[in-house]
Amino acid sequence: MTDRARVRVNGVERELAVAGDRTLLDILRNELRLTGTKYGCGEAQCGACTVLIDGKPIRSCVRSISTCDGRSITTVEGLAKGERLHPLQDAFIAEGAMQCGYCTAGMLMSAAGLLERNRDPDEDAIVKAMRGNICRCGTYPRIVRAIRRAAGGNPR
Amino acid sequence: MTTSRPHHDRPEPERYELFEGAHYRFTFPRRDFLRTAAGGLVVALTVGDGEVQGAPARDRRGGRRGGRSGEVPESLGAWIRVDEDSAVTVYTGKVEVGQGIRTSLAQTVAEELGVAVDRIRMVMGDTDLVPYDRGTFGSRSTPQMGRQLRIVAATASDVLAGLAADRWGVDRKAIRLENGAAWHPSKAESLSFGELTRGKSLTAIVDEKIAAVPASGWKVAGTSVPRVSARAVVTGRHRYVSDLQHEGQLHGKILRAPSFRAEILSVNLKPAQAIPGVTVIHDGNFVGVAAADPARAEQALAAIEARWKEIPQPGSAELFDYLVEHPIHRAGWRGRTERKEGSVRRGLRRAKHRLEQTYTVPYIAHAPLEPRAAVAQWVGDKVLVWSGTQRPFGVRAEVADAFRLPESRVRVMVPDTGSGYGGKHTGETAVEAARLAKAAGKPVKVVWTREEEFTWAYFRPAGVMKIKGGVDGKGRLVAWEHLNYGSGSSAIGVRCDVANHRVVSQPTETLARQGSYRCLAATANHFARESAMDELAEAVGIGPLEFRRRNLTDARMLAVLNAAAGQFGWEGRTAKRGHGSGLAVGYDKGGFVANCVEVAVDDHNRVIVTRIVTAFECGAIVNPDNLTNQVEGSVIMGLGGALFEEIRLANGRVENPSFSGYRVPRLTDIPPLETVRLDRKDLPSAGAGEAPIVVIAPALANAICAATGQRIRSMPLTRDGELM
Repeated sequence: MTDRARVRVNGVERELAVAGDRTLLDILRNELRLTGTKYGCGEAQCGACTVLIDGKPIRSCVRSISTCDGRSITTVEGLAKGERLHPLQDAFIAEGAMQCGYCTAGMLMSAAGLLERNRDPDEDAIVKAMRGNICRCGTYPRIVRAIRRAAGGNPR
Repeated sequence: MTTSRPHHDRPEPERYELFEGAHYRFTFPRRDFLRTAAGGLVVALTVGDGEVQGAPARDRRGGRRGGRSGEVPESLGAWIRVDEDSAVTVYTGKVEVGQGIRTSLAQTVAEELGVAVDRIRMVMGDTDLVPYDRGTFGSRSTPQMGRQLRIVAATASDVLAGLAADRWGVDRKAIRLENGAAWHPSKAESLSFGELTRGKSLTAIVDEKIAAVPASGWKVAGTSVPRVSARAVVTGRHRYVSDLQHEGQLHGKILRAPSFRAEILSVNLKPAQAIPGVTVIHDGNFVGVAAADPARAEQALAAIEARWKEIPQPGSAELFDYLVEHPIHRAGWRGRTERKEGSVRRGLRRAKHRLEQTYTVPYIAHAPLEPRAAVAQWVGDKVLVWSGTQRPFGVRAEVADAFRLPESRVRVMVPDTGSGYGGKHTGETAVEAARLAKAAGKPVKVVWTREEEFTWAYFRPAGVMKIKGGVDGKGRLVAWEHLNYGSGSSAIGVRCDVANHRVVSQPTETLARQGSYRCLAATANHFARESAMDELAEAVGIGPLEFRRRNLTDARMLAVLNAAAGQFGWEGRTAKRGHGSGLAVGYDKGGFVANCVEVAVDDHNRVIVTRIVTAFECGAIVNPDNLTNQVEGSVIMGLGGALFEEIRLANGRVENPSFSGYRVPRLTDIPPLETVRLDRKDLPSAGAGEAPIVVIAPALANAICAATGQRIRSMPLTRDGELM
């Protein structure tokens, strides 16, 4: 049983013919072959699956593809412009804000969503926005520094 | 720089997962094993991989082609290769799981070889290409593999210098290697590594005794080289095992029992088989499905009708009594261990103050953010396995055993993996994927769900620690007894001068699958010991810092303790209302750590950690920034076990198999971290993947006691952040 959906992913129009109750995470990874967005829990608790829909961070593991019809989605693969990295990506590299790296895509997308609505978040605002993203390796302090660096240009 | 070999080589006894039997016993016909792409019957026995007529086993093809289990090649070519463009390839059986060794091992080679880190390609964890390695665990990568690659690179340097000396007809003493080339004062032009080797293998035996650059002379090692894989990670380009997609690949799912030790009574596969495009298989105790997309595979799995025989069994409420009441003769490769000196009984009799307390730790989960995953593909008579594992050669053996193949017909490859923490040592996922792939005739990927991770992976053992201590009027220990039931013997030694002491590690039955976890039993043993130390200090009326200074004899422990206390301002600290400070000091596998922490407890009994200071020392530091990353990561992970984490069991079921029921540390739980590194360039580099986790729990317990007067002797210290 398939349904039709049309989504814009990283600026590219995609026509999908898939069961409408499959999750956006599943479609991104397994139909569109965009594996940057990760599975961590399947219940919107860990943030590894975070993408932007119309600029707002959502957990794609609990979002059915049918509700994404007509929407614009940004994944981690859509952050860079060609080989020019997004300031957040540069900042994560500069601050060494990763260990195993598995949470990084979700962190970047949650942070990108934050910076869309708040160009200069203080540490409180960062913590609030990022609380839904788990880093099991415990790289949190660097992640916060990286976000501050990308926002203000200087780590505070 | 000394290159002395570590004296112990056996894994710690509490690596229980390494001694489990096979998870699956397949029953497919013998004929299937013997069929090959070429047709006809072949003998299933194998000639050893390394055996070649007339040549010693290790030298075959430079010894690089996948180690025979247990053999560590002496041939240089097995470890390192120089390309015609002077780039260097290094082969190691260690794997990258976030601890940063892809970078730090490359630094070690770069230091000896005179080549930039970004000209080094690390080939890691591919059993067809790298020398045999027991596994990436036990904090051994830096002291053992780092040492091995140091002497490999130093040997290679020597060979390259010799080649240049021969080519130029000069004395090799004046030759130096820099930037991938050999240089001599009398020569205007250098000779690149590529020109020197002209694509031929470096021929030499690795020289165990070769002189390496001392840490005091390091120019590349000892610096904070950025992670080599960072760009691939931030762009989403890096492919973890769970991301791999081969042509025609299917998604696999396994039917799980409703509870531990349940047995299948009957299975009806027909409703699942009726779904188009699904492979369904039942073989022995294995029931699984594979389909082109995960949703269809889930649908097929749900359609299977199975009846199970379940076994009543104790749960968390009975856990600690159960452990103490069910000692066993042997767990892992060792039984009960005891070390004693003097008479604890006499010492206690003479003590001015005595303590007798019991401390407990429950089962906790590793909860790696990437669940365990494997992809398997049968190609001719060989099976290729991509596995997010810390033990590629161990997984190779497990897959070979499960399918009754020689190890040479199994290849295991490990892309940089989404963490392990000691939880990804066994190969069950690889075996599952391989079995489904065999049935489907296509590659199959199996990725465990988060619920499966919380239920069917092995846990950090639970444990009961019984402490007896006695001190004299000056606060010096005169008696010490530490009994550990169930969790293990790591770091059970007290590192003080106590004439009467006894430490015992007693293996026990277990209610759940258990095994390695970051630092093994050292957390449990430090929780008990460092809590008890504070309790004794209080009994004598001496401060916790002074008490430890009076008793510790280990200079390296004292150094980190004083460094942490200094950074914290321990001695000048003031008591704020509703706040308390605590400290603890410990050791594990050549690393030494101390924590000073401050907590606040509010009117609702909620514990908020307001400050964490960590001091850490592990010999000569290879990558300072990466070390801080590891230390802080360990402390944050340890915070979880200290405050929140607990696997709750009832009747063979895990009651909280999800992040919503099993709380792990989040950004909101972390105060500012202050980390002090002590760099001992005069000491060999030890590992740092585990030791930093060992004392955050007792430091917090001690701080909570200071804030509230309440002494908590069980982990986790709170229930969802609230004191109970």
